[in-house]
Amino acid sequence: MTANIVLKAKGITRQFPGVLANDRVDFDLREGEIHALLGENGAGKTTLMNILYGLYRADSGEVYRGGQRVAFHSPKDAIKRGIGMVHQHFMLVPVFTVSENIMLGAETTRRGTLDRKAVAAHVRELSHQYGLDVDPLTVVGDLPVGIQQRVEIVKALYRNAEILILDEPTAVLTPQEAEDLFRIMRELTQRGVSIIFITHKLKEVLTVADRITVMRAGKVVGTVQPQETNEAKLAAMMVGREVILKVAKGEASPGENILQVKDLQVDDRRGLEAVRGVSFHVRTGEVLGIAGVQGNGQTELVEALTGLRPIHAGKVLMNSHEVTGKPPRPIIETGMAHIPEDRQRHGLVLSYPVADNLMLCTYYLPPFGVRGVIQPRAVDVNARKLVENFDIRTPSPYVPTSKLSGGNQQKVIVARELSRPIKLLIANQPTRGLDVGSIEYIHKEIIIMRDRGVAVLLVSAELDEIMALSDRIAVMYRGQIVATVAAAEVTRELLGLWMAGATPDKV
Amino acid sequence: MDWRRFGFIAFIITILFSVVVLIGKAEISPVVIVTSMLATTIAVATPLTLGALCGVYCERAGVVNIGIEGMMLAAAFFGWLTAIYMNTVFGLAPMPSLLGGVAAAILTGGLLGLFHAVLSVTFKVDQIIGGTVINILAVGITGFLNRQLFFEKGSIFGGNVPHAPGVLPRIQIPLLADIPVVGRIFDQQPITFAAILLVIITHFVLFYTRWGLRTRSVGEHPRAADTVGIDVYFMRYANVIIGGMLAGLGGAYFTLESVPSFEPLMTNGRGFIALAAMIFGNWTPFGAWAAALVFGAAQALQINLQFFRESIPPQWAFLQISYVVGLAPYLLTMIILTGIIGKNIPPAADGQPYEK
Repeated sequence: MTANIVLKAKGITRQFPGVLANDRVDFDLREGEIHALLGENGAGKTTLMNILYGLYRADSGEVYRGGQRVAFHSPKDAIKRGIGMVHQHFMLVPVFTVSENIMLGAETTRRGTLDRKAVAAHVRELSHQYGLDVDPLTVVGDLPVGIQQRVEIVKALYRNAEILILDEPTAVLTPQEAEDLFRIMRELTQRGVSIIFITHKLKEVLTVADRITVMRAGKVVGTVQPQETNEAKLAAMMVGREVILKVAKGEASPGENILQVKDLQVDDRRGLEAVRGVSFHVRTGEVLGIAGVQGNGQTELVEALTGLRPIHAGKVLMNSHEVTGKPPRPIIETGMAHIPEDRQRHGLVLSYPVADNLMLCTYYLPPFGVRGVIQPRAVDVNARKLVENFDIRTPSPYVPTSKLSGGNQQKVIVARELSRPIKLLIANQPTRGLDVGSIEYIHKEIIIMRDRGVAVLLVSAELDEIMALSDRIAVMYRGQIVATVAAAEVTRELLGLWMAGATPDKV
Repeated sequence: MDWRRFGFIAFIITILFSVVVLIGKAEISPVVIVTSMLATTIAVATPLTLGALCGVYCERAGVVNIGIEGMMLAAAFFGWLTAIYMNTVFGLAPMPSLLGGVAAAILTGGLLGLFHAVLSVTFKVDQIIGGTVINILAVGITGFLNRQLFFEKGSIFGGNVPHAPGVLPRIQIPLLADIPVVGRIFDQQPITFAAILLVIITHFVLFYTRWGLRTRSVGEHPRAADTVGIDVYFMRYANVIIGGMLAGLGGAYFTLESVPSFEPLMTNGRGFIALAAMIFGNWTPFGAWAAALVFGAAQALQINLQFFRESIPPQWAFLQISYVVGLAPYLLTMIILTGIIGKNIPPAADGQPYEK
């Protein structure tokens, strides 16, 4: 293994106000390898990559490209030296075609006009060569996320990238799309492209990476080979302490029915039937997990249960009182807590201070609201108590919630919802996009609620999460529940088959 | 720009034309009326077309510009002032004076564009406020200078409005203008021709050139443009200045092509109607032009009705009261902005300052 080192960073340090984002970081990339950069949110991975890509400048340290010292002042310089980056949030113009997006900034012209034909031909050729299957003439906004990502990859290859930086590429993908991406990544490396793969997902790293570098709090903790490590070891490196990946939980002791759903039918935003006659119940002291590939009606189901979406037909009983079609407040007042799928859009008012978000469900009730006036002292007492109890990392309860990291934002929601006396917790994708430490924390809280006798409805597209937390598992496919089983009696493979549409009797 | 919109536009224009034909057909043949209406429509749509093109450049690059009105008013004044100075004070012939006036108007628009860009791109001032500042500034400055220069005792022109060098001459397109009756449409003044040419040029630039692709990318997703090495600030500055220059040319129409004089507030809301035309045209040059023609047709109706004052039947008499007809463009604007004729989709990053 004496492959050429194509990119090398030495002693990179970058200070942001209040944070040392990179502290003397060393990193190197060999020709044709997939080098994973693993770390929690805020560990400094993205900062390092932005420096390598010319978006930021390092305060000190050196970057070498193919043995030569380089200084990138803008992404243009990095692109010129064969470095391409696929950002976590795609840098594509939705109303442009694939070709237009790819040529943007590196346009081919003929007599002053854009040569769309030549670009399309080149894109087709690249796409064919690397097995990417991208049609140059489609409008990007019409493409599924997985294909948009390929467009980003072709965009980099079009600029003759020999080094690809993929920033959290699987965060937005379905498991199948992620598999496709890994295949493409291997294909690329076989053709001499070197890849830096940024992620915080341990399984993926072990599947695709040739080498793994772990970062924590702005420093490199170490570089390891996937053969000589495992998930637990990597997690410990990332977090800096032993992490319990398995959720410790005892037997469930379910009691009476809290939530009963009968033949529920719900339409989606476009008026199409999304939930097609779903029935289930959740009892006190148990976790019912709803598994399924995203987009099979889970979102609409949860919105209907929480009063956010009109119900077409069917019944919802909460504690044997009918709440079908009621608005959110009366449903909340029956003892429901909701951790929504999109925390930034539906869970928090991002511009509000943390303290206000922490009382958003009950602001109109004493002690917060007395005769229509908010009581700042009560708000303050509540905020300080919850920040302390739920370990929310914030400089003060009065900073805008938008300034917090994703994990801490989620903790604000969890703190608000779980600090009330509740009977039912509906958690939709509660750990999406969070780091290992936060996931561990939220999983623990969910089990604590269960053991206190709360009924928990957990909706997640992450099979591991469903398996780890649920006592019973219901699988949703095309708006229907195709199977409900005890968690102890089912395997990952079987669930996977049901999620893909195989009916239980045929298996 | 979809065909439904063009259909709606054609429908409204047909109605407006039909009204005049119905009233006037007793005296004059319908062909002559339609031709005359068409020629007037194209001419009076000129400032709207140019104003709308100004909006297209600015907003496609992501900068909302509600200061088109002010840009046109200021350009109308300074263009006119320059022409008078060159003609009266420096003793130049009318033609060079008029052309100098046009150049000054374009320059005025460009400078106000620069001003808007500084406010909205560099200082990230709310773009609606930036545009409003330009509108108020233009009303104030032109009103003040107009009074100080021409009407105050002891001012440069000693209280007399000097004789203006006239308006830009008509140009006949060879062959086309010689066609009997219909030829009238091809006999227009230069800014009108320029506006039509600029519609075509803008369409080409926006959709077939590197500049256009980059301009649109900056208005849709500036960060994406930034990551591929496009200078977002430069593109926004340049397009807002280009837009300002077009609005300036639109302003020149008022005092150098339409009438040889300046009146305070003479743009009379045309800048805002231009903005509505741009929105109705879904931020495309041809769409904006078509919408501008609708407003032009409403105005042409008003103008042409005056010729038939005598023959208007009593039940149509209300149309004579010019402000009823005069309301038409504004009513149309409101109908169009409700979006019932199809959804208006602005560039995604329109109005959002870009933070690196």
